[in-house]
Amino acid sequence: MAAEGGTAAEALVGQVVLPGDLLLLPAHYDEDAEGERLRLSAGTAPQGRLLCGPGLRRSGAGLLVTKCGLLRHRPGGGGAYWVDSQQKRYVPVKGDHVIGIVTAKAGDVFRLDVGGSEPASLSYLAFEGATKRNRPNVQVGDLIYGQFVVANKDMEPEMVCIDSSGRSSGMGIIGQDGFLFKVSLGLIRKLLAPKCEIIQELSQLYPFELVLGMNGRIWVKAKTVQQTLIIVNILEACEYMTAEQRKQALAKLSGN
Amino acid sequence: FMQRGLDSQTKKQLEEEEKKIISEEHWYLDVPDLKEKESCIIEERSFLRCEDLVYGRMSFKGFNPEIEKLMIQMNSKCKEDKIEEDDKMEADVSDEEMARRYETLVGTIGKKFLRKRDQRVLKDDDEDEDDEVEEGNSNTRPSKRAKKMFLKPHD
Repeated sequence: MAAEGGTAAEALVGQVVLPGDLLLLPAHYDEDAEGERLRLSAGTAPQGRLLCGPGLRRSGAGLLVTKCGLLRHRPGGGGAYWVDSQQKRYVPVKGDHVIGIVTAKAGDVFRLDVGGSEPASLSYLAFEGATKRNRPNVQVGDLIYGQFVVANKDMEPEMVCIDSSGRSSGMGIIGQDGFLFKVSLGLIRKLLAPKCEIIQELSQLYPFELVLGMNGRIWVKAKTVQQTLIIVNILEACEYMTAEQRKQALAKLSGN
Repeated sequence: FMQRGLDSQTKKQLEEEEKKIISEEHWYLDVPDLKEKESCIIEERSFLRCEDLVYGRMSFKGFNPEIEKLMIQMNSKCKEDKIEEDDKMEADVSDEEMARRYETLVGTIGKKFLRKRDQRVLKDDDEDEDDEVEEGNSNTRPSKRAKKMFLKPHD
């Protein structure tokens, strides 16, 4: 085990980190130095706990990097560090909204393919307004937008289509027509960022509907097949295009 | 084993012997107890809590109006936490209308608590008006009051 001294976490924000790097956190997270240092740096000590996001693990007094990527930091709400990495394979995580494809009906439970290692299960009662008599009309091959309720490495993932207050809030069966395709997970997060330019530019083109699943699946529906395919091609290609190229492509389209 | 009337002394002796036997056989850790560290770090595997991601279902230019409403609702829920608690709820009924309703309301509720006799009086008055309008007969009043007596029908 390489026992290197780690580098300060703050110094590496925005830079590439590799698995095995040890990040040291500022002194006020140290439990041993609680008595003295907290009092000294009382003004700067953040309240709340530090969030150690995906790609990082807690180890001793610092954080150990487990995935390669860029280190990100969010100062608000106690602070959060995570690694922005790229991958195509999805691992189910609790609370994520994903698009699943119904592959089988087994009694009271539907089996959905979400792109993970196991099919997820979805109970027929997990829809808004579903009772034992009033079953949702779900067929094999339907698309469902839902969120994970149980998702760990020891158990089969379970999904539901209602939120904690019992309302569907947009989840459930995704309608007819439309086009489903797969992209990498990093692009999905880019598209879901609060002010995403790609989405804003696309929304100027035609009216269309878009559902983004955190498992890398995107569903698009527009008025004509041609418009749908154009949007699909742009979304797939914009991962590797620069902003300039994208604007040119869109200008050509809106000119046509 | 549970013997009644066992002296407390013999009980204690028995217990001590048991403990001795057990403690020799039990394994225990040589390591001193680790201090329970209250760590300030939470591990999280979801990107949703780290980054500020918007809701995954979107619709543009009015393609699906329900989803557009949902978009506004979900995205405003994330950003603005204090929404309508400060603003006063707009009243559905204006104050003037309330006052008007109250005036009539007092009368109708008041009738509920009148005693039987007074209720009949009120009833006669109401019906009286209707009858006068319809038939123009003022003889119906005495006929209703003296219900118990038989009256000869007028020609």
